[in-house]
Amino acid sequence: MKVEDFVLKIEEELDDLEPGKLTPDSNLDAFVLNSISVLIIIALIKTEYDVVVDAEDFAASKTINDVFNIIKDKKK
Amino acid sequence: MDYKWISRKERELFIQQVGVRKRRVVDGNTTTADLCFAAAEKLIDELNWDKKEIDALILVTQSGDYVIPGSGIILQDRLGLSHKCLAFDINLGCSGYVYGLSVIGSMMSSGNIKKALLLVGDTSAFNASYRDKSTFPLFGDAGTASAIEYSKGYPEMSFNLQSDGSGYKAIYVHDGGARNFVTKDTLKQRKIADGIYRNNIQLSLDGIKVFGFSLREVVPNIKTLAKYLDTNIDQYDYFVFHQANRLINQTLIKMLKVPSEKMPLSLDKYGNTSSASIPMTIVSELGDDVRKKNLSLMLSGFGVGLSWGSAVVKTDKIVCPEVLEI
Repeated sequence: MKVEDFVLKIEEELDDLEPGKLTPDSNLDAFVLNSISVLIIIALIKTEYDVVVDAEDFAASKTINDVFNIIKDKKK
Repeated sequence: MDYKWISRKERELFIQQVGVRKRRVVDGNTTTADLCFAAAEKLIDELNWDKKEIDALILVTQSGDYVIPGSGIILQDRLGLSHKCLAFDINLGCSGYVYGLSVIGSMMSSGNIKKALLLVGDTSAFNASYRDKSTFPLFGDAGTASAIEYSKGYPEMSFNLQSDGSGYKAIYVHDGGARNFVTKDTLKQRKIADGIYRNNIQLSLDGIKVFGFSLREVVPNIKTLAKYLDTNIDQYDYFVFHQANRLINQTLIKMLKVPSEKMPLSLDKYGNTSSASIPMTIVSELGDDVRKKNLSLMLSGFGVGLSWGSAVVKTDKIVCPEVLEI
């Protein structure tokens, strides 16, 4: 389970993102522009990692890395 | 979808991901009871049922004509059913069709009820604020009628029903009940978030919370029922889910590892029609199949409450009228 793979999957799922632009340190506010994008990422996380990330988890996260750490915690 | 409160780009994203392209909304003079009445009259006519033989009428709705009494009882009279027919309402939304079938199934198995009507629907769209992008473009209005008859030798319906009241604020209307009466402030619109303004008698929806709940609970519920019945998931002909959001349903079907062709969607035509969404989808998308084939259906409703449940229903070339618009 690598954060780089998670970054690539986010780029695949969200429209209007240029490949290679996101990094683990990318700020969520810069590309998660509406609640539908949040739903797309929650669905991606459930499908890929079998974990449900809640709205509170997103609110507590600033970067992709933060979300990924929550996924890892929930997988434990 | 010509909803001007959101930008063109937001509209495109909404249609693409949430899946609602069109929806039907009642005028100010039509209620859920009116929609269910029209559906019931058409169904009874096509079935050629004698109204005197209908023993039970259950209306599942959260948009009855009056606070008191329940509209199911009024519909007993409007439909010309006998005084021997029992009638009452069930206050449920998204899971309501499955719950309603379960109640009727239980009553039939006790022996006194042979023919019953399950009327299910809501006018949620009518109760949504135009300036609330989280609800207004999502909901459609619909009323449905299902006729259930007890016959010896036919397979039983099976259910797995669950609830979690801790999530009641995920989908709710704040004022108008006994907890918070309507006051002079009730109709004042407030800003809740960007693009979301509503008053306290309009529907409130926490879409992300409902999304997470659906991904967490629905698949285990379905798998538990399938296992209890000693069946494999791939034995079912169709999975008819509540039509809340295409992204939810596509994720659920992926989690079940079932081909998406087995999951009909009517969301694009009618929006989220609350408790009506499962029967609406059967009539709209599976009409020919249910008329001509014997089918094993897995139905699953999930949402307001929070409440969720699944049902396995086997159909045998049933009478299924076309969708009726009034």
